[in-house]
Parts: sequence; C-alpha cells; structure tokens
Amino acid sequence: MTTSIADNGVNVAALLGAREAFADAPEIARFQWRSNVTWVNGTHSEAEVETFSGFGTEQRHSKKFAFDIDHPLQFAAEDNGITPVEYVLVALGGCLTAGIAAVAQQRGIQLRSVRAGVTAEMDLHGILGADPDVRNGFSGVCVDYTIDADATRAEVEALVAQSQKRSAVYDIMTNPTAVTVTIS
Amino acid sequence: MRHTTTVVVGAGHCGLAVSRCLAQRSVDHVVLERGEVAHSWRTQRWDSLRLLTPNWMTRLPGRAYTGDDPHGYLGVPEVVRLLEDYATGAPVLTGTTVASVRPRDQGYLARTDRGSWHARTVVVATGAAAVPARPVVALPAGITAVTAVDYRNPDRLPDGGVLVVGASASGIQIADELARSGRPVTLAVGEHVRMPRTYRGRDILWWMDASGLLDERWDAVPDLARARALPSMQLAGAPRTLDLNALRGLGVRLVGRLAGVRDGATAQFSGSLANVCALADLKLGRLLDTIDAWAARAGVDAGPPQRFAATEVPAPVLSARLGPEGIETVVWATGLRPDLSFLDAAVFDQKGRVVHDGGVTAAPGLYVLGLPFLRRRRSTLIDGAGADARDLVDHLVAHLDTLARRAS
Repeated sequence: MTTSIADNGVNVAALLGAREAFADAPEIARFQWRSNVTWVNGTHSEAEVETFSGFGTEQRHSKKFAFDIDHPLQFAAEDNGITPVEYVLVALGGCLTAGIAAVAQQRGIQLRSVRAGVTAEMDLHGILGADPDVRNGFSGVCVDYTIDADATRAEVEALVAQSQKRSAVYDIMTNPTAVTVTIS
Repeated sequence: MRHTTTVVVGAGHCGLAVSRCLAQRSVDHVVLERGEVAHSWRTQRWDSLRLLTPNWMTRLPGRAYTGDDPHGYLGVPEVVRLLEDYATGAPVLTGTTVASVRPRDQGYLARTDRGSWHARTVVVATGAAAVPARPVVALPAGITAVTAVDYRNPDRLPDGGVLVVGASASGIQIADELARSGRPVTLAVGEHVRMPRTYRGRDILWWMDASGLLDERWDAVPDLARARALPSMQLAGAPRTLDLNALRGLGVRLVGRLAGVRDGATAQFSGSLANVCALADLKLGRLLDTIDAWAARAGVDAGPPQRFAATEVPAPVLSARLGPEGIETVVWATGLRPDLSFLDAAVFDQKGRVVHDGGVTAAPGLYVLGLPFLRRRRSTLIDGAGADARDLVDHLVAHLDTLARRAS
C-alpha cells in the first residue's frame, strides 16, 4: 500500500508548534508590522519593509524589500508603481491564497494550481469629494478562485471558507480598525 | 462549621443528577442552591422558550420521559416542575449562596451566607450559562439594551427597530418573535451552527443521538477548544426549522457580526456575512453526509436524504443608525459564560477559564460539571448530565478511597 502525503510547501508542524508555544507564553504572539514610506515626487512614493517584531524580540526579513507606489498615466501621474488600493488587492489575494495552502496542507489536500482574480469596485466621486454620499474606499471586493486540487468541490469550498475565516487581511477589510495618524 | 463528604454547588439538572449518583453510591452530601431548585430556569428565561431537545431526550439518572408527547418540547414552567419533582428527597439547601470555595484540610471549605461547610470533595454544577457574555461596545444614550437573559417578551420592549446581536439558538428565536410582533428586526450574524429541525422525517437530535455523534468524547475530538467554543445550534423548541432563510422570509434583515459603533450613533457590521453563511452551510452538509453514511450502515428506515438550499445572503448592509427611526433597542444574544468567581483554587487559565480534563480539575477532589463538551458532545444538553455525573462520581469515589487508604 502506498500513502501519498500532500506537500504544498507549508510547514504546518511549525505553525502548530507556534500555536502551542503561544499557549505557554501569550506575549510572544504580539507582533508589530512596519513599513517606512518616503515621498519621491508627485503621487510617487517608495515604501520599504525590512524589520518587524514578534516572538518576543526584534526581527528582520532576509533582505530589505522596496515598493514603488504611484498612480497611472490616466491620472496624469507617472505610473512608477501600482496604486495604494491595488496593494490592498495584492495583500488580500496573497493572504487568502497563503491561507488556502496552509489549510490544504493541514487537511492533507494536495494543491496543483491556485489562481485568484481579485477585483474591487470604487466610485471616484468619493476621493474627489464630489459626492458626500459616496465613500472613499471600495464599494465591494470580489475574489474569484480557480483551484485544481486532489479534493471534492465541497472540500475546496471548505478550504476557501476556512482561509477567509483565518485571514488577517480579510478581517482587516471586513471589520473596522482604529487608525491613528500623528506628526512627529 | 458543618461537615459532609461532598458539597455540590447548584441545584439545576446537573447538580441534581450528581446528587442522584452520589446517593446511589451512598456518598454523604449536600446540594447548595442560591435560589430555588432550577433557579436560572425560573429567573433567566424568556416567556415563550421551550427546550431545544425533544421530550424523549429529557433523561436524567433514574428518570426517563413517560408522558404522552415524546416528540414535543417542554416549556419553561414544565422544566421547573420536572426538576422540582426530580429534586424530591435530594439533600438540597435552597436560599444558600456560596461565597467561596477554597482548599482546606485535605478537602474544601465552602463559605455560604448561611454558614460554612467542610467537604472532602466539591462538585461545581453552577452551569455554563451563568452570566451574559457581552461584547464591549458602547451604545448611545437612549438605546434600550437587554441580554437574552433579561429578555421576556416583545411587549416589554419599546416599539421601533430592534438589533438582535447573535444568531445562535437564543438570537434566532428572539429575532423570530420580535419580527412576528411587527417590529423591524436586524439580526447581526457571526459564526453560527445551522441546523434543520427535522431530517429525513426525524428530529435532527434523534439522528445525532442514535448515530453516536452526541457521544463523541472530549479526549478523542480533534480540536477540543474549538468544539467547546462552538455556538449553540440554530434550533427552536418547535416542529419547524428556524434558520436564516426562514428569518429572511419573515422580513428580518441579516447583517454581519456587529463590529462596533462609530461616532456614537452608527452600528457597523462586518462584511463577512457571506463567509460565515458559507461556513455554516458547508458544516451542515458535512453533518448530513455523516448522518447519511451512518443511516446506510445501520439500515435506518427513514425518508430519502435531503439537502437544504444554501443560505441566501442579502446585499451587504455595513451600517445602521442607532436612535429614533432607526435601531432603538439592542438585544444581546451573544452567549453566556460560567461564573466561577467564588472558586478560590488554582484551576484557571490566564484568561480566567476553568481548566479541567473532562470535569476533573487539577485540584484533587474538585470537579466541574455542566460545561459545553465537558466529557462528550452531549454534555451541553440536559441529556448529557447523566453520563457525565456518573463518570465524575466514579472518579470522586475513587478519590475518596485513595484518601481513606492514605489515612489508614
């Protein structure tokens, strides 16, 4: 008899180990995420991400990551990078997809391909202050998955649902968060 | 100070079941009850409430249902009468509030407002549902707020819009009743456990009972913390299914979990409604798959397998105004939690929850009973008290034997 073990490249043992470690020392579960953003010119800024804190100490990525943020030519900008709202889509799609891989790994489901189309609707009347009844942000966000996996349709639906349930970015987008902006 | 072998705290169905088992094992004991027998049934239930379990399931040690309506659901006055009757002959001291229980002299000292007791063992049966667990959300002045424990009937609430927060057993029943009273009802829905009242012609609890699902043990279930935190099943004590689709049909407006109140007057709802409904639909599907597989193996003579329509998720509503012409009353149906603050022993975790292994705490001779999934899925139900009480009394008697051997 052969037993196939799903391998989606997720170290579930490490994740579960962290959950156990947190039970003994809940304070090490408190993380802080950071990004430093520097204005370049016009609507172009550059964001760097390198350090964070968690597991009770200062941490850093293996290298410094840099991202350009701008607006497209259609906005009379230089299009040096994607727009801030598109980074939100990147974050949501990235978070949900990582969740799908992790949950699939834990459930022993082999994934072959996972593709997400993330779309968001937005009415520019909001950010232009042209209509006070229109909010600045998205009026709705859709994520459409195409998943090829060794699983039934219901199992795939359960994967996608569980990923939303445990997703940080999904939570950030569906629930209000207190935001404090100060000037040093 | 008086002495006994075992102090049982609480004369609800669990405390009385333990008392019955202790009596069978000839263990000298007393049941201390702050009010009367079935106190919370007398004081913390809304008028129209009926048990979610059918009458045939209202089983306690030495007591089976013998009435002529085995498929009905007992009303609150009938539950009170049942427990009063069951308490006949039990050593219950009513009107005795336990102020503290702490370890003392190879046993425990229980201080009450009517003197102290020393006992070698203590069984805490004060229930899982002692105090409402309410989220910390500040409501504007002028909004009437009640918990499911204080709620009695629609007439006691002001006219106007009502927000029911929580869509488990209490929330859906209260939303149903308020909608039928003609009020505009908004129901804030978080994670929930969707359940049809009947399946393939039988009560859903018949299937869960007969198939052994309710006997799943605490030491065998894959994620015990999750199983213990599961919201109550969306059931009402009536021969009809009361799910979100039924409530929508009554005109109840479904919104996501209450996320907060902004600017003191706007309730904000989570955008996660579609996913919590998908999770509940999928979970129900898995339950029915399990039931069908068992029914086929066991050769159950029942109607054909059914699948229920997916929960219809309305267009998202992310906020609502609190105040005149908007939501004027909030009903918190956000669950209940045990109140074990009288327990002065090292049996709590960092979040103040009692730590126990199937009701056995780390303090020798100190037991808890009547908590969700204490020893089996059934533990949450009245019907679960019997087996749990028998198991714990077995453990308790073995502990007494150990103490006796040590002393001799």
